Amino acid sequence: MSTTRYAKSHEWIRIEGDIATVGISPYAQQQLGDVVYVELPQPGATLARGKEAAVVESVKAASEVYAPVSGTVIEANGALADDPSLVNQDAAGSGWFFKLKLSDTAELDNLLNEDDYTALIAELE
Amino acid sequence: MGQIDESLRQTPLYALHQALGAKFVPFAGYDMPVQYPTGVLAEHRHTRSQAGLFDVSHMGQLRLTGADVVEAIESLVPGDIASLGLGRIRYTLLTRPDGGIIDDLMVTRTAAGLGLVVNAATKEGDIAHLEAHLKGRVRIEILEDFALLALQGPAAAAVLARFVPEIVALPFMAARDIRLGGATIQASRCGYTGEDGFELSIPAASASSIAALLLEQPEVAPIGLGARDSLRLEAGLSLYGHDIDVATTPIEAGLAWTISKRRRAEGGFPGADIIQRQLTEGTARRLVGIVPDGKAPAREGTEIWVGDVPVGKITSGGFGPTKGGPIALGYVASAHSAVGSPIDLLVRGTRHAARIVALPFVPHRYFRA
Repeated sequence: MSTTRYAKSHEWIRIEGDIATVGISPYAQQQLGDVVYVELPQPGATLARGKEAAVVESVKAASEVYAPVSGTVIEANGALADDPSLVNQDAAGSGWFFKLKLSDTAELDNLLNEDDYTALIAELE
Repeated sequence: MGQIDESLRQTPLYALHQALGAKFVPFAGYDMPVQYPTGVLAEHRHTRSQAGLFDVSHMGQLRLTGADVVEAIESLVPGDIASLGLGRIRYTLLTRPDGGIIDDLMVTRTAAGLGLVVNAATKEGDIAHLEAHLKGRVRIEILEDFALLALQGPAAAAVLARFVPEIVALPFMAARDIRLGGATIQASRCGYTGEDGFELSIPAASASSIAALLLEQPEVAPIGLGARDSLRLEAGLSLYGHDIDVATTPIEAGLAWTISKRRRAEGGFPGADIIQRQLTEGTARRLVGIVPDGKAPAREGTEIWVGDVPVGKITSGGFGPTKGGPIALGYVASAHSAVGSPIDLLVRGTRHAARIVALPFVPHRYFRA
C-alpha cells in the first residue's frame, strides 16, 4: 500500500517500500500556470532533503523544486521532456518528476499528510 | 494571495478584471492582471489567432500643447516629429546626453498638439524630465482620467469595424477619433504584439462598458500581462527596463531605424554626438535575437559565452508559444552578433548551445493598405 505525503514547498511524495515518487502538487501547478519545460535530476544523482532537485518553468518564470527527502535518483520522468504540460494535466499522476531510493525513512516524519496539506493550501487561498 | 495591497493603484477596469477571474500581480505600482483563468499560453495563442483585449491603463498618457511643441519635443527625442502628418504616430525615445535611453514612447500628431504614451514604470520620471526641459515652451497635461485598452490580433479590425466601419482603412501608425459605446475615443493603429490592432484611449468613466462591449464579441478574449510579454518578445520588441535602459543606446539596441536621415544629419537631441558616431563607427555590442538549440528557456540575466570568453547577457528570455520553443533577446559583443553565430548560454551552471537569429522571431502582421 502506498502513502502520499507533502512538503510545505508543495511537492508530493508517494512511498512504496523504500522507493519514493516525487512530483509537484495540483495546487503548485495551478499557481505556476502553463508548464513549458522541466529540468530533472539524472539517475544516480544524490539529493539532500530541502535542496534543489529539479526546475519547472512556466511561460513567465523558472521555479525550483526541492527534494522532500534525501535519497538517490533511480528514474526521471522522460515523458515530461516531450510533453511538459503533463504537469498541468495530471500533477499527482503522470506528471511525476522523479523516483528516489530513500536514504533515511525517518525523514518522512517531517512531511505533511493529506489533511494537513489541504489545510495549508486552504490558508494560502 | 487574496490580499489587497493598499499601496497599489488600480486601473478603471479593476472590477472587470476581478469579475473575469484575473490573477493579479504588482506591476509599476499598479495591481495588474497577469493572466485570466485560461492561462498565458491560451491567451497568447488567442491573440495570434483572433483578438485579445489588454488593459494598459497603467501607461502614461500625456498631451503636449504650445506653438513650439514640435521643435520642443525634437530637442529631447531623436525621432522625426516635424515630418509627422496630422493623425500620424511615431515610435521614438527620450535620450540622455550620454546616449542612454530614458524611455521609449509613442508620439501622435493631433489637432491640439502632440499625444504621448509612455511606460508605466517611467512615467513620473518622464514627466519631470519633460517639465524640466520644456517648461515655458510647452504645456504638459497628464491625462489621468483616461484608460488605455489595446485590441490586438488578426480579428481586431473586423471587431472594431462592427461599430465603426471606416476603421478598417486607418493606416498602421495612424490615429483618429471614433465614437464607440457612447464615448469619443482615440483609436491608434499600433500595438505591442506584432499583430494588427489598435490602442484605444477612453475616458475612464466609459472604459468598463466599452471593454465589456468588446469582450462580448465572439473573437475577443481578455489578455493579461503574461501573454503581453510573450507576444512582444516573439515580435522582437524591446521592453524598457530590460532590453533598453539608461545604459543602452538606440544604436546598440538596434533602434537606428527610429532616427530619420534629417535627424541623423542635424542632430539636436540629447546624446546626438555619441549616437551619430555610433551610426558611423558601429558599437561594441548589439541587441540580438537568440534561439537556444534545446528546449530549456534562458531567462533575463543569463550569461552568454563563446569559448572561454563571456560575450554578453540575456535581457529578456522565455518561451515563445507561437514559435514553439525558447527565445531570448540579449546583448552580445558585435563580433558575435551576426545571424547564425553560435554562442553558449550558461543556464544554472550548464552550457546550452544557441544561435543568433534575425528578429522578429514571429513575423509581424501589421496592417498595410
